[in-house]
Parts: sequence; C-alpha cells; structure tokens
Amino acid sequence: MTTVARRKTPKSGTGSAGPGAVRRPGRAEVTRSPGEPRRLGWLYVLPALLVYGGFLLWPLVRGAQFSLYDWDGLGTAEWAGLSNYTGIWTDPALRGAFGHLLILVVFYAVLPCCIAFVLVAVMSRTKIRGLVFFRTVLFLPQVVAMVAVAVAWQWVYSADGPVNTVLGWLHDLGLPDWRRGWLGDFTFALPAVGLVGTWVGIGLALVLFLAGVQKIPRELYEAARIDGAGPVREFFAVTLPGLRRELAVALTLTTIMAIRNFDLIYMATAGGPGNSTKVPAYEVYNRTFNTGEVGLGCAIGITLAVLAFAATAGIGRLVEGKGA
Amino acid sequence: MPTLMRRGAVATAVALVTALAAACAPGSSNDKPESKAPAAVSTDVAKAGNVTLTVWDQEVQGGLKEQIEKLNAQFQAKYPNVKINRVSRSFSDLQKTLRLALSGSNPPDVVEANQGYASMAQFVKAGMLLPMDSYDQVYGWKKRYPKGLLDLNSVTPDGKLIGSGNLYGVSLNGEIVGLYYNKEKLAKLGVQPPKTWAEFEQALATAKGKNEVPIAFGNLEKLPAMQLYGILQDGLTDKEAVRKLVFGSGGSWTDAPNVQAAQKLADWAKKGYFTKDSNSIKWDDTPVNFAKGQGVFMFGGTWWAPDLNDRMKEKVGFILPPAAQAGAPAATMGGESLPWSITAKSKHADVAAAYINFITSPAAMDVAVETGSLPVLAAPSKQPEAALMKEVSAAWAELSKNDGTTPYIDYTSPTFTDGFGGPLQELVAGKKSAEQVMKAAQDDYSAFQKKK
Repeated sequence: MTTVARRKTPKSGTGSAGPGAVRRPGRAEVTRSPGEPRRLGWLYVLPALLVYGGFLLWPLVRGAQFSLYDWDGLGTAEWAGLSNYTGIWTDPALRGAFGHLLILVVFYAVLPCCIAFVLVAVMSRTKIRGLVFFRTVLFLPQVVAMVAVAVAWQWVYSADGPVNTVLGWLHDLGLPDWRRGWLGDFTFALPAVGLVGTWVGIGLALVLFLAGVQKIPRELYEAARIDGAGPVREFFAVTLPGLRRELAVALTLTTIMAIRNFDLIYMATAGGPGNSTKVPAYEVYNRTFNTGEVGLGCAIGITLAVLAFAATAGIGRLVEGKGA
Repeated sequence: MPTLMRRGAVATAVALVTALAAACAPGSSNDKPESKAPAAVSTDVAKAGNVTLTVWDQEVQGGLKEQIEKLNAQFQAKYPNVKINRVSRSFSDLQKTLRLALSGSNPPDVVEANQGYASMAQFVKAGMLLPMDSYDQVYGWKKRYPKGLLDLNSVTPDGKLIGSGNLYGVSLNGEIVGLYYNKEKLAKLGVQPPKTWAEFEQALATAKGKNEVPIAFGNLEKLPAMQLYGILQDGLTDKEAVRKLVFGSGGSWTDAPNVQAAQKLADWAKKGYFTKDSNSIKWDDTPVNFAKGQGVFMFGGTWWAPDLNDRMKEKVGFILPPAAQAGAPAATMGGESLPWSITAKSKHADVAAAYINFITSPAAMDVAVETGSLPVLAAPSKQPEAALMKEVSAAWAELSKNDGTTPYIDYTSPTFTDGFGGPLQELVAGKKSAEQVMKAAQDDYSAFQKKK
C-alpha cells in the first residue's frame, strides 16, 4: 500500500512540471519491482561516500594496518604481527589505562543515567515552575566545547578554586581539612575527572528521558495510582519500562563518550599525576606523537573502536531486549 | 537488491586491498642524505636568486622572540633576495608537530630539533636532518664553540650514540638550571644566599619555620621533578658519570648516589619544603607564583630570567645550585638552547647554512645580550645591564670555565618523561620509595638500550 502511494506522489508532482514528464517511458520502472533502489542512487550518495571513505574508512583501514607494524613514525617500519595487541595487555601502564576506562564508564554513563532518572521521576509527578529554565541549564554542558569545560573545571579544582574555598569554610566550622590539589592527587584525580563527565552527561540523559516520559500514556499512571502504587513502585512499573529505548540511547552515547574521552584528560591532567588518570584514548595520542610508538598507538585505537562497537551492540541487546 | 549490495561490498573490498598493496608498509625507507664536499658549498647568498626560507623555531617568549625577530630582519636586510617564512611554536607544541612535518615530503628548511634520544637522534636515524660537517669546514663553528657544546648536537648516523658522529645543529643561547632567590625574603629571614647543601637546608628549615614556602615548585608536567632530581644528582655524582648514564654508555640508575639523590628529593618533599600539592601546579605558573612572593627559593632555567627580571626587578637573585660539599666544583644541568638544524629535503641547504651561521655569529651574540638573553658564546662588545642578567651571565661563565654542565635527564630515552617523571611524582607525593623510583627509571632505560 504505502509503496504504491509513494510512487504515485512524485509522478503527480512531475506531471505539473510538464506534459513530457508523464509520458516518458521509464524502462527501469517496467522491469523493477516497486521501491527497489536504482543504480542511479549511487550517484546521489557519491559525494558523501567519497568524504566518508576518504576521511573515515581509509584512515581506519590504514590504522589497522599500522597496528601490525613496529614503527616510530619516522623511519622504516618493521612487521610486528600481533605483538602490539599483546603489548596492550602486558604493559602495566596500558592495562591500568583500560582499568581507568572502566571506572570512568561508571562516572560518564551509569551515574548520569541514574541521576537523570531520579530527576525525571520527580518531574513526572509534580509540576515544576520554570522547567524550561532548569532543562536549559542542565543541558548547557553538552553545548559547551569539552576543552572549555576542562579549563573551567581545572580552575574549580585548583588549589584556591571554589571547591577548596568551600572546604576551607567547612574546616573553619570544625570539620577536618579536606582541601587538596584535586587534579594532582593520586587518589582523587580520577574521580574528580569522572565527576566532570557526570556533570556533562546528566543534561543529555535528562533531555532524552523527559522527551520519552511525555509519550507514556497518562492512563498508565492513573491506572497505577488506582492500583495503589507509590512513587517508587510507579517508577519501576510505568516510567522505567516506558523509557527503555531512551535509556539505551543515553547509555550508548555516554559510554562512547567515556571510551573516546581524550580532550578532557588532555587538558585537565595530561594523564597525571603519575599514570593515575591515563585512559586509552589519551594513550593513543601519547604513544603516537610523544613517545614515537605509532604501531602501538594504532593498536590501542583499533581496540577502542572494537570496544565501542561491542558496547553499542551490547547495550542495545541488554536494555531493549533481544531482537528489539 | 541483495545482489547489488553484495557486488558493491566486493568492489569496495577489492579496491581496499589493491590500495593497501600499493601503499605497502608505513614509512618507506629513507636514504641517508649525502653530504656535499666543502668546496661545493656556496656561501654567497646574494647569488642564490629569490629564496623563501621556511624556519620553525620555539622562541615565543618575550626576549627570545625579540632576539630572533631582530636577527631575521638583519638577515633579510643584508640579503633582500631571501624571504624568511618564520613559524614559531611553544616548546611542547613544536615537539609534537615536528615529527609530522619532518616526515612529510615538503619539510621546513631550518628547524629547531631538540637534543637527545627522544628527538634529534630519532630524526637522524630516519635520515631527516642534514649532516653539517662540510658547512662547518667552511664556516668554522668548531673553532668558535667548545667541544662539549658541539657534542650535545652530534649523533652517529644510526642514531645510537650522542656525542660522536656528525654535527647536526648549532645553538644560539646558553642555558643552565640554577637557583633563584627572593632577596627581600632572604633578608627578612636573616639568611645569606647558600653556598653548600648544609647552608641551603638550614635556610629551608628557617623559611619553613617562619611559615614561608621554602621552594616554589610546580610539577604537573613531570619534567620539573626530573630537573630537580638532576640538580641533586649532580651534587652527589661525578659529572662524567651523569653524562655517561644519560647518553647510554655506562652506569645504572640504581647506583647508590642516584638512589641517594632521589632520597634527598623525597626528604625535602616530606619536610614540606615544596609548594603544597606541587603535582597539581603547572610548570609555567611556578615563576609567576614565585614573582608574587610564594616561595623563598626556586630552581629554574635561565630561560625564565628575562621574564623574572621584568616582574621582580631588584628583588630577585640567581646563583648556581649550592655544592654538596664546601669547595666542590659547581655542576648543574644545562648546556645550550635547541640547535638549529637543516632538513635533509631542504632545497636551499646552502642558504639555510648561511642563515644559521649568521644568527650564531659574534654580532648575533651582541643581539642576544641586548634582548636580555644569555648568549652561548661570550658577546664581543655588549654587557648585560640588569642585575639579574649579570648574575646569570657570571654563573654561566663560571660553569663554562670548569666544564660543569650535565645533559638534561629527559634526553635519556623517548619514554623517560613517563618512565621516570611519573614515578618521581609518586615520590613527591610520598607514595613510592627512592629505591622503587630508581628501579622504574632503570627499567625504562634498559628497555630502550635493548631496543636501540
């Protein structure tokens, strides 16, 4: 039904353009079943395909090839087989970097989604004045460039920045002195960077969930309330199942943001102190440009790409259910 | 539809495989550049026709920038047929972009390539820099420069040994890491500028007792702690041993004096002699904070002197790091600024060599003094005016007299900033012992020696 309708619409459109257009004998239309793409379609996508191939597929393939060589980026490369990939697991610094990535996924993806859920649950039950204002403010971090975010937070965490100022007041009130250089502290640098990611991620998750909540039928909430469900029960019985797809999208986007998190680390800590905030995406850059291990850098990059694909597929399966 | 898709996929795959086969292994082998016979070198720049010389340097800070701008203008005025296309980037930016620029097919003509195994040795190994020995026979750099300084800019063609082989660059300015002190604060504490470690530690304790920051120290980048370690190491070890160790011809980072140096650093950190949370403070912010009065002492390079002189005027002084024992000859890290090198693919190598000779001539040393820099060779007719620059220049002269400079520690291996600088941050934070840190340094070092 729909295909027929679609085919008819353009015809009637060209009809008005000129009488010749209607009678033109389309050979393809005779032999082709309706809706089947024509070879001419390739011409339409050619410009995009060239850009995509030249700037994405080709570098990806070359990257995969480089990852099989031992190369300093300058001289001749030597075939290395898969030793760069095994190197990722035997180098303790790189193993550590992947460990940090796992922790950051919690801060970048899991925490924002949880916090956004709480906010949405509250917002869906009560009417909040100035909702548009709050939504804008919470979404703002998504709009600001990550580099600017990093510089701003560097100041927030600095020795005499706002965080330490507030902790100084608390100290004056008799609490222990918690002031420190947050981004230079071996224990707290990673969580500090992670919290920046949480701050950035909440807005995205919240806007997605708010949009999703609006399409859940009001009747479901009414039914739940008639059945005597409290706010918690209502959330798990109505809101959460209704937001599955939005949750999958939010988790996928924020997880990928965590996996390719480079700019924030580069600007805020450069992987330090020691190796305590090194992440694989930063190591791709560090190994390629600073220490001259281009092959190893590419191997980490390819591993990250595979991880991102796996995470995308895995989250889709997990949250939306099989086959959805 | 499926057949069409499949055909498309097959075509793409075939195209990719063909392209890959054509592209072959990355970094196709470069032939080593041939050096010209000295007789074939043309020194007459005026006859070279219209030439655009592309020069990449890292002189972006106040006086240094002025120095290069002045020299470039003089060179272009002398040879109107040459146009200098100057590209300047900060030290760390230049380090990153130079690798890519040199491996391209159209590199700049003259570059400042850092000394050491992380930069110059790698470039030489890949055949990207031109050996300058035949130009030296024409221009006579070896007659003007002390051997120790030219050795820093010399590498064997296989990139395996710094200090011998061919000459690959000539430097413009001298630089050493010394001790800055705040004269006002010292007077208030009733302390004299220290000459020995014992006096220095006494001064540090006094400063700490009066609630001052004894040593201004920012170590976010890991390099500052490596410089501080190097100064302590120079006090405890013979300078020849340090040179051998850094250039990879003998010794071990776990040798007793090297561990003692790390232990001293750890002790000072533990006693609270450094700025609080130094691992979170940027290196560039250290002199700024020091000028504001945060810190009685500060270890730092002479490259900070022009800026500190502007900010602090008469309040700042500069001395060589105190000696471990009274009467011991002074030694500290340093040598010369980044060398100016010619790229192997430069089309105007003769003009480039003439340019490098021009900016390192005795007249250029006068320009260095005028713009507040420390010239690598004594300036023939100018004397520094500012008090701080006089002290810097005296320290440099004393060190040159007894050949007291040792190479920067980050020359050791391409990964040393992470391999040693990272653990040093942990040492400063009190998370690792001196033995553990020096073992980490030795591990990185021996891994590199094996690969080399």
